[in-house]
Amino acid sequence: MSVRTQTIPDVGAKTPVPALEPLLFELARPGRSGRHVVSHDAADIPAAFQRKAPLRLPELTEPQVVRHYTHLAQLNYSVDTGMYPLGSCTMKYNPKVNDRVASLFADLHPRQSYRTTQGVLALAYEIEQMLAKITGMDFVSLQPQAGAQSEFTALLVFKAYHAKRGEAATRRRIIVPDSAHGTNPASAAMCGYQVTTVKSDARGNVDLDALRSALGPDVAGFMLTNPNTLGLFEERVRDVCDAVHAAGALVYGDGANMNALLGVARPGDLGFDCVHINVHKTFSTPHGAGGPGAGPLCVKAHLRPFLPKPWIVREADGSYHYDTAREDREPAGLGDSIGTIKQRLGNFGVLVRAYTYMKTLGEEGMVETGRDAILAANYLLALLRPAYDLAYDRPPMHEFVISAAKQKKQGASALDVSKALLDEGFHSPTVYFPLIVPEAMMIEPTETEPRETLDAFAAAMLRIAERVKTDPAAVRDAPRFTPLRRLDEVTAARKPVLRYAVPGVAGAE
Amino acid sequence: MSRVPDDLRYSKEHEWVRLNGDTATIGITHFASEQLGDVVFVELPEKSASVRQFASLGVVESVKAASDIYSPISGEVVERNVKVIEKPELVNTSPYEQGWMVKVKLADKGELSKLMSAQDYRAHIGETAGAGGD
Amino acid sequence: MGNNPYSPHTEADRAAMLERVGVRDIDELLGAIPNDARHPKLGIGPGLSELEVQAHLERIAKLNTTAGSGPFFIGGSIQRRYIPAAVPVLALRGEFLTAYTPYQPEVSQGTLQATFEYQSLMAELLAMEVVNSSMYDGSSATAEAAFMAVRVTGRHKVIVATEVDFTYRRTLRTYGRGPELEIIEVPTAKLASSAEGAACLIVQHPDAFGSLVDVRQIADAAHAAGALCVQVTEPHANALLEPPGALGVDIAVGEGQPLGITMSYGGPHLGIFACRESLVRQMPGRIAGQTLDANGTRGFVNTLQTREQHIRREKATSNICTNEALAAITAAVYLSLLGPEGLRAAARAGVARAHKLANRLAALPGCAIANDGPFFDRFTLRTEMGGWDLRNALIALGIQVEATASHYYAGAKQTGKEPAQANAKPYVGGRREGRDDVIVQCTELTTEADADALVDAVAQLTRSGETVAAR
Repeated sequence: MSVRTQTIPDVGAKTPVPALEPLLFELARPGRSGRHVVSHDAADIPAAFQRKAPLRLPELTEPQVVRHYTHLAQLNYSVDTGMYPLGSCTMKYNPKVNDRVASLFADLHPRQSYRTTQGVLALAYEIEQMLAKITGMDFVSLQPQAGAQSEFTALLVFKAYHAKRGEAATRRRIIVPDSAHGTNPASAAMCGYQVTTVKSDARGNVDLDALRSALGPDVAGFMLTNPNTLGLFEERVRDVCDAVHAAGALVYGDGANMNALLGVARPGDLGFDCVHINVHKTFSTPHGAGGPGAGPLCVKAHLRPFLPKPWIVREADGSYHYDTAREDREPAGLGDSIGTIKQRLGNFGVLVRAYTYMKTLGEEGMVETGRDAILAANYLLALLRPAYDLAYDRPPMHEFVISAAKQKKQGASALDVSKALLDEGFHSPTVYFPLIVPEAMMIEPTETEPRETLDAFAAAMLRIAERVKTDPAAVRDAPRFTPLRRLDEVTAARKPVLRYAVPGVAGAE
Repeated sequence: MSRVPDDLRYSKEHEWVRLNGDTATIGITHFASEQLGDVVFVELPEKSASVRQFASLGVVESVKAASDIYSPISGEVVERNVKVIEKPELVNTSPYEQGWMVKVKLADKGELSKLMSAQDYRAHIGETAGAGGD
Repeated sequence: MGNNPYSPHTEADRAAMLERVGVRDIDELLGAIPNDARHPKLGIGPGLSELEVQAHLERIAKLNTTAGSGPFFIGGSIQRRYIPAAVPVLALRGEFLTAYTPYQPEVSQGTLQATFEYQSLMAELLAMEVVNSSMYDGSSATAEAAFMAVRVTGRHKVIVATEVDFTYRRTLRTYGRGPELEIIEVPTAKLASSAEGAACLIVQHPDAFGSLVDVRQIADAAHAAGALCVQVTEPHANALLEPPGALGVDIAVGEGQPLGITMSYGGPHLGIFACRESLVRQMPGRIAGQTLDANGTRGFVNTLQTREQHIRREKATSNICTNEALAAITAAVYLSLLGPEGLRAAARAGVARAHKLANRLAALPGCAIANDGPFFDRFTLRTEMGGWDLRNALIALGIQVEATASHYYAGAKQTGKEPAQANAKPYVGGRREGRDDVIVQCTELTTEADADALVDAVAQLTRSGETVAAR
């Protein structure tokens, strides 16, 4: 395990902070080259099409490039560096075997014939089967490349479902809870829907009465994250789903918090019509500094006809192909399918990693994962409870939301506390989300942090709370031991500088 | 304490109106600018655009928030404040003077009755004193 | 302990943690979950050791024929190109690989600066003013460009050329079902005359068949009609061809995979998205920007975030959250290693080898190049066999090419560039009703031996008049 305790200011044991790095462009000198690709070919391009604009890419040698990116990497905090309790993002350990196995499938083009890609199809077919079993759904589309794209895909599926029943014109509204991720209303709007927000009740559940009065014949669907963004399991989830279904609408499960349910409960058993999975959260694929992810969409049988095409077909002899009339063609007819979101199998390289993880865990490992994630969150909450407020006091699932409202009154906000944590050697939790908790700090420890690390994190949080009482100005001044101090986001937005200004190039700022 | 000048009319959505003949100058209140924090961007309608009372006429943004500006009055835009587009910080530093948004030729003076006095607006934002402009 | 190899908790740990929580068993924490739904049987089998799982995946992988195992001419938006050894070594460092979106810029300067550099490199390559930090892929970037044009113009009609990659057009059509856009496909030759009332014209250059397109004329027509011009581009082509920013293009999109990213059967890849600075507030996706820290030191942050879903919610310019940041970093590493001359060399090699190969194939009896004008690094080969039969026969000989179905033209009422295809219809029930061809892509990895193998095979197959049953 790796706990970064070396920057604790209380004991003054600060290690040198990595130095900042010039920009690539500033390191370059004309004439330097790495000789990675050399060509003596002459290209035959008509003069009218030839590039006349200058091409001022930096010229560097390989050793320079290697040092540059190594130095940049050292400026980053990552899961490989230490605990990263970013709520709702499930920053668990990313096993290295997953990456190596993915390279077995790197040199394959998505337009190859099914005849030369039987391994891909066999694997994808099995991934679909496994995800269906884990979520309690019937069918799976691997095409969506991230959770948000899966939300959009599902809403297109909802639209097609209602159209099939002659209700596309009337069902124009999507309901989301006030605790929802921003992607939910954004996806609904992209899909041409109006968005209605319903409030949460005093126990952090969807307010069932508010939901019932929002429902009607003009509602297409309800989007629900469970456990919700407070880390709480919806206590009346089946009543919620029943109410939505009674209004003729569908229930979308946002699977962002699926880690809590691994082997513990299945959305398909709770009344959801579909659920997406963020495999970069639940199934340990690396978050890649912001992406890639993958967002398979798992649905009940009644939504299958509307899933993106093509679909994989398994023959009795164990061979696989796509369900196109002839290979690779537009399906003979799309039928009721919404079409194609992403050619063939989405972010297959990410899905291979997820498969490797699922095979490594197996049934027992999966159950242990969900339970350990829940235990870790409850344990950490117990440690933090003396110093921080809790908006909704009931046992959380895999994450929980505390409020720094008390600290704010004492002179340091949730943002200040989060910056002080950086000085303590930890990444910050998610702050100011969900919107319904003032000074929110959303903490997700995951199942892969040892107890010692959880203890160290809690100790840091308690130390900061103490410091807020005695010297809030010091907390407001954090971070002091990071490569940079707080950055001026106001100027960045008022006078945007979005690219390096290559000297003498028109168009550069 | 937010400043709420006595000589202006106010909307519930925190816009103010200053009347000069049949031309109304529109801006957002000191209270609203404090709630937003440092304003980084202002989007305003083109000259001669028509605006409707309580409909969106533009957007004002801070780093972490974006808010619609709702026109407190209907009419035709006769001038927009180019300075506030160039220097959005004027909304924070001078909300009632240099930080104005647009000037509108009034369509219906009767609409003014749907707006609040300074006293009512102070009550609206939960403040009872604090008169004075900038 | 022991079922999840990545869980660190011993039974003693768990007992101590439970005690601190004040419960005797984890089950006491699950009270909100309906009883009958707790701990379902999944039926996914037992866990494997690392050695077992590696061997298991190797067995499955052996069922594939990799691109590198024989002459390979499949390309288009996704291309098999040389990846310098340093690319994965750097881009896959744990500090990039296992970080997330840089929400805390003070400890994420590696990601933010690398992203800013990616934006700068790509802006330079495309000669565009602003580039975002990435979209999922070329197809979703194209669809989002159409959505952006709709927001900018307030119009709901999108005109896309039939010579745009068919996977992009499919995704565009699917996305368009959301806001119920009117999406019309016309041949590239008819784009300029179809601009009336359109939000945008979408053109690909070089197009899906490899042909070069007069983008400037299309951009002019778009602007005259108050529409935007969207160009689908390929990164290497810009090393040699006049880039979108010099052609009057308003939004440039494309697939960044050829920049050092593995094909991986379609993803994860890199959606390139660039636009004019005046349109940046309508741009989807994250953007890194330069600023100063509290000490006045230069640093980088995500900026203009009020466009994004976490702030603007239903009024956001897109729902995108997780993107393809690592792929953008990978592309930046690739571009910094190759430099301008390396990029030009790789591009030149593809162009030269494609033209040489095309000349040899065109000299064979019954074979012709179907591009009706200049082409770049891929071309369209027409034989009497038909594309699908030729492609399937070549697979049997260990050579992989892409067949182009007549569905490329399915949306077109008529096509200016392919008279033979004018009445082409999509395949119905497996019966071939139109002409089909193969597309041959060359890159710097295409060797003389590959070219010889393809020429020999096509000569042999077309001479013998051999036909292979269509499947």
